[in-house]
Formats: sequence, structure tokens, C-alpha cells
Amino acid sequence: MLSFTDVGRRFGAVNAVDGITLEVAPGATTVLIGPSGCGKSTLLRLATGLEIPDRGTVSFHQESLDAENLPRLRQRMGYVIQDGGLFPHLTAAENVTLMAGYLGWDAARIAARQALLADLVQLQPDQLDRYPLELSGGQQQRVCLMRALMLDPELLLLDEPLGALDPLIRADLQNVLRGIFTTLGKTVLLVTHDLAEAACFAGRIVLMRAGRIVQQGTLRELLERPAEPFVEQFVKAQWEPLRVLAESFT
Amino acid sequence: MKAWAWLLSLLSAGALAAPVQVGSKKFTEGVILAEITTQLLEAKGVGATHRRELGGSRVLWSALLSGEIDVYPEYTGTLTQEILANAALPSAEALVARLESLGVGMTASLGFDDSYVLGMRSTQARELGIRRISDLGHFPDLRLGLSNEFLERADGWPSLRAHYSLPHTRVRGMDHDISYRAIAGGKLDVIDLYSTDAEISQFGLFTLADDRNFFPRYDAVLLYRLDLRQRVPEAVPVFGQLQGRISVQQMIKMNAAARIERKPEGEVAGGFLRGELGVQGSVSIASRGERLWRTTVDHLLLVVLSLGAAIAVAVPLGVVAACRDDRARIIIGIASTIQTIPALALLVFLIPLLGIGFAPALAALFLYSLLPIVRNTHSGLHDIAAPIRESAVVLGLPSMERLRRIELPLAMRSILAGIKTAAVINVGTATLGALIGAGGYGQPILSGIRRDDFGLILEGAVPAALLALAVQGLFDVLERRAVPRGLRFRAVQ
Repeated sequence: MLSFTDVGRRFGAVNAVDGITLEVAPGATTVLIGPSGCGKSTLLRLATGLEIPDRGTVSFHQESLDAENLPRLRQRMGYVIQDGGLFPHLTAAENVTLMAGYLGWDAARIAARQALLADLVQLQPDQLDRYPLELSGGQQQRVCLMRALMLDPELLLLDEPLGALDPLIRADLQNVLRGIFTTLGKTVLLVTHDLAEAACFAGRIVLMRAGRIVQQGTLRELLERPAEPFVEQFVKAQWEPLRVLAESFT
Repeated sequence: MKAWAWLLSLLSAGALAAPVQVGSKKFTEGVILAEITTQLLEAKGVGATHRRELGGSRVLWSALLSGEIDVYPEYTGTLTQEILANAALPSAEALVARLESLGVGMTASLGFDDSYVLGMRSTQARELGIRRISDLGHFPDLRLGLSNEFLERADGWPSLRAHYSLPHTRVRGMDHDISYRAIAGGKLDVIDLYSTDAEISQFGLFTLADDRNFFPRYDAVLLYRLDLRQRVPEAVPVFGQLQGRISVQQMIKMNAAARIERKPEGEVAGGFLRGELGVQGSVSIASRGERLWRTTVDHLLLVVLSLGAAIAVAVPLGVVAACRDDRARIIIGIASTIQTIPALALLVFLIPLLGIGFAPALAALFLYSLLPIVRNTHSGLHDIAAPIRESAVVLGLPSMERLRRIELPLAMRSILAGIKTAAVINVGTATLGALIGAGGYGQPILSGIRRDDFGLILEGAVPAALLALAVQGLFDVLERRAVPRGLRFRAVQ
């Protein structure tokens, strides 16, 4: 459904994405992970058309993304970023329904969809009447998620959606997200730098380094059959503290 | 519809109203002469409008050539020494011929010569028996106080001293107003002055005859467009009736009536016409209330129309600039450059294109309003956080919809602040419109400065200040309404 074919994107002297070929499996969650600056966010932005590849092609349903088809194809994608993506001059509800209103949905359809999604992300109706600045960080991300899901897109693109939240809210929202991914059966491409979070969501994890894919597979595959020493290092750096901590309590 | 027609007539500055447009420079004598001309034309049944205090010689001359005005009072010396200084004009005939080739006619002298002269206290001149400049040579101890301009000009004091072989060493440069008081107080013996200055009668001064013809003649004349002979044939003979009718003494008296007794020029001119020509001039002296209403309407029209046009142009320009950085540099660069042009220079520059009066003032205010609005629109849009802008893009909103629903509302506070800045500056700058006859609050200010009438200055300055405050208040209210509610909160965390 979403595929990258030998895609490259440079920023000055830096190859942010350096020849990546990747097929995102439909109806499943794929997690892009790697150290900062490995190009995982750039790869996601290439899928939205916010970045244009210097070489290679990004295609969605066999259509190569270009200026002409992007507005249409974007209506079939939902995009959530770490923070700041809500329009501050519109209420939460207006943020969520903006695009549906523009596309001429009738009021009843909009209200029904909005109620369904509010239930899904666990927001109260009165919270939807508030402006973004009147909402907490976790509530704002729930609204972002509603906005991304409003047009019922096939593809969800999430760029560190929980990155700015404190641990309790984060855990809570992780559960909400996982529930949505499994019940709605969307194709999800999610960026994170946290292996535990990746493990929580993903069937498939794509580990990146310096603009290239190092290894892809399940967490178990990454743990048991690391493709190169870097994979071992990366997994160990994130896994060891948790393991040591767990052992110290038992 | 009616308002529209009224606006049109304003834009053409009454050009349709009367067949003869009389102009005047912005100094008292010029205004009185133009007022005399206008009232005489009216009395003879020729419709005429006096467009007062349009500016200096250059402005009036260009306005005459372009047909903005049909006639104005001028001095032969100004023509030969300044306006036509490049052409060699050895004689009066040569001057007339040169003017005719430009489509301009000139009356004979109105009767007086307003040139540089030297003056003394009448009592002292009588005691010493001094009547002519050449007599000064016998009294080398006299103290001279000369205006700085006259002292320094090559054709001023250095030439005069050589021409008359004057031996004086006690010569000081000083401001004109001070030299009058100094000679009246006996601190000086000889000063330079203009031969029709009101102060000659006020301080009892005697003007010395230029017996060796040093000073060029500054005969007062009327300059008029030659096409007037066909367009309004009855007008030109009326100008002829004023030839040789105004003596130096009469002009001094009229200047004194306007400058020292502070009579309106229209009244002074009416008095002259009654006394000298037996003509009942049509003096229309507006009351303070009428004047205030008139200047307020002029001023508001200038501000509202120029600001409206500037908003219509500058906001889209700011949007275009916000799209691409290279365009932003060009657009803001041009708007900034316009801002650095001094107001007076810009007004004079616009006269050949738009004439005098309302239109060039409107254009200048429009141009000055562009920068604050363009810059604030650009920065308001430019400063929208990238995540917000990109969220709108990825939602799939087309660019015009993004602009309308997301970007302009978010930039509204900045745009409004830019418009407010432009409006407040506009209210102040619009007073300069009076320099080229556009009316407004600058009119009483200029007249007040010229006539040294503090009350008249306040009549323009106070409403201008109040209007600036009102504009400020209006935009504060507007900001409260137009800035979306969601932007007025502080973050709750």
C-alpha cells in the first residue's frame, strides 16, 4: 500500500535518508526506530509529501506521490506529530471536524463520527469545546488522534506521538493507541526512539541508522539474530537498564 | 451614489466647479494677491476658485504648466533668477517671449516690486540724510545685520559691497525676525528686508533706494495659461484691471493687516477691492465650526481611503512575500525604500504624475502605509509554528483554504498591529497633505504657522492628536473582536 523504492533525501551535506526500500504492510503496524538523526522522521515526512525525495519514489496505492495527487491522497492519510500540531484558534471539536466540514459532510454525519472517535480516545464532550491551550498535553494528543482519524483514513502516520508526555499519561495513551490499531485494523507507520514502546505496538520493527535500514523484523528477531553489532548495541542500551532494574527487585 | 459623486468632485479638487483655478504660494502676500484676483473674477461674473497655499514656486509653476491651475501671482525676479535661470533672458521682452513659448502669459507689473532692499530706522535715516544705498558709503561706522542667506549668497552681500564700494566692517549675520527687533531697539542701523514686509510699517523703517540698480527686479505679476484666452476669454481682461493698481505702500499695509492684525486674507483682499477698485468682493469667511468640519472630512477621507487601499494591496503582498523568502526580500525592500523618501520629496515627485491636491496626497499616504502592513502580514504568517502549518498541509486543505481558515486567522494579531501602526502614522502624515493643497488638519496648522496664530495651529493640531488617539482606541476594540478567542489564553499547564 505504502512503499518506498530506493528513496534518498539530502539536507546539505547530510544524507538524511540514503537509499531506503521498504514496503509497509497493509493492516498492520510498522515501527521505525533508531537513534536521533537516523532519518526515521524524514522517512515519515516523505510519506506525507512534506519532504520531496531527491531520488527514488514514494508510492501510495501504486501512485507515485506528486504535487498533483497529494491533496487527494492526503485525505486518505492521518498524521499525528509529537506536539504543536493543533490549530490554536479553533476548539478541539473544530480542529477535528475542519476537513470534514470543508469536504461538505452533513452535520449529522460529522456529529456521529466525532462522538465515535471521542469515545475511542476517551475524551469527554465538554473537553471538545475547549481550545487547545485549555487542554493538557495528553488531551491535546487525543484530539490530534481524533483529527487524524476523522476521515477514516487507511494509513496512519505517527511521529513520536507520545514523545512529549509524562510517563503515566504515556502509558495510558499507549493502551488507547494499541486498542485503536487493533480494532480499526489500520495500516500504521509509527516513529519512536523507545524500544519498549516499539515492542508494545509492533508486529514489525524497522531499525534505522544514518539514513539506512539496518534490520527489520519482530523484537524477538532483533534480540536473537542481530544483523550486525550495532543492532545488538542499540537493543542492549535500551533493554539492559530495564532488565537490571527488574532483577534488582526480585 | 450621491456620496460617490461627491467623492469624485473631491478627487478632482473642485476642478469642475469653477472655470478659473487661481493658485497661491504658501506665504501671506501670495495668498492676498490670489484672493484679490479670485474675488475680482467673481465680481466680474467669471467663476473662480482659489486653491490656497499649494506650495513653493516650483509647485505652482508645474501646476500652471500642467493645467492644474490657470493663474497665480509670481515675481519677475523669481522667474529670471530661479524658474528660468538656465535660459539667458537679457530683457523683459525676452522673458515674455520665453513664457509664451511655454504657453504662459504674463500681465504687466501689478504696481510694486518685492525685492531685497536695505532698511534703516526712519528717524536715523532722516538725521543722517541717507536716502539711497550709495549714501551709506559716507557712514562706515554703521552696524549692519543681514540675514544669513543674504550674507552668504555670491549675489548677496559680497556683490552688493563691491557694487557700491561699501566700507562697513561691523556686519553680522542673524535671523530675520531677530534683526527687526534689533534695529527697532537701536542695536543695529541697517538690515536687509523685503520691500513689502509688514514690519516696515510696524517698526517705522525707511527703505533705501537701489540707485545703482544692484538688486534684480521682483515685480509682482500674474502668470496665466495662454489657453485661457480661448477657454474663458472674459478672464484675461480682468487680470489686466489689476495692472499697476497695487502700490508698495498698499501691499505693506495689506501684509500688516494679515500678519500683524491677523485678519483673514479674504477680508484684507475684499477691503482693497472696495477701496481701490470700488468692487464688492465676495468674501466668504468660514466660521470655526465650518472650517473644523471641512478639515475633518478632508482628513478622514485621506486617511480612510489611503488606508483602505493600502490594506487591499499590502495584505496580499505580505502573503506573497511569506510564500518565498526571495520574494519577501524584494517586496519588503521596495516598501522600505519608499518609507525612506521624505514626505515632501515624495509629494513633489508625485505632482507631475497626479497633479496637486487630493490625489497625490492620497497616493503618498497609500505608499507610506504599505510597509507596516506588508511587514506585519509577512512576519505574522512567517512566524506560524511549522507543526501547525504542516498539520494543515497534511490534512489535505488546498493552499487558499489553509490561508483563509488557518494562516490568516493565526496572523491576524500581527496584521492588525501593522494596520494600526499604518493608521496612526497616516493620521499624522496626512497633515503634510496641506503642503500641496489637499486640505485636512494640516491646513490650519500651516496657515497658523505662517500667520503666527497659535489658536489656528491648535485648530489643526488638537483634532489631529485626538483622531490619532481615536484610531488607536478603535483598533484596540477591533483587535479584541478579530483575534480568535483561542489565541487569547495563556497556556494552562
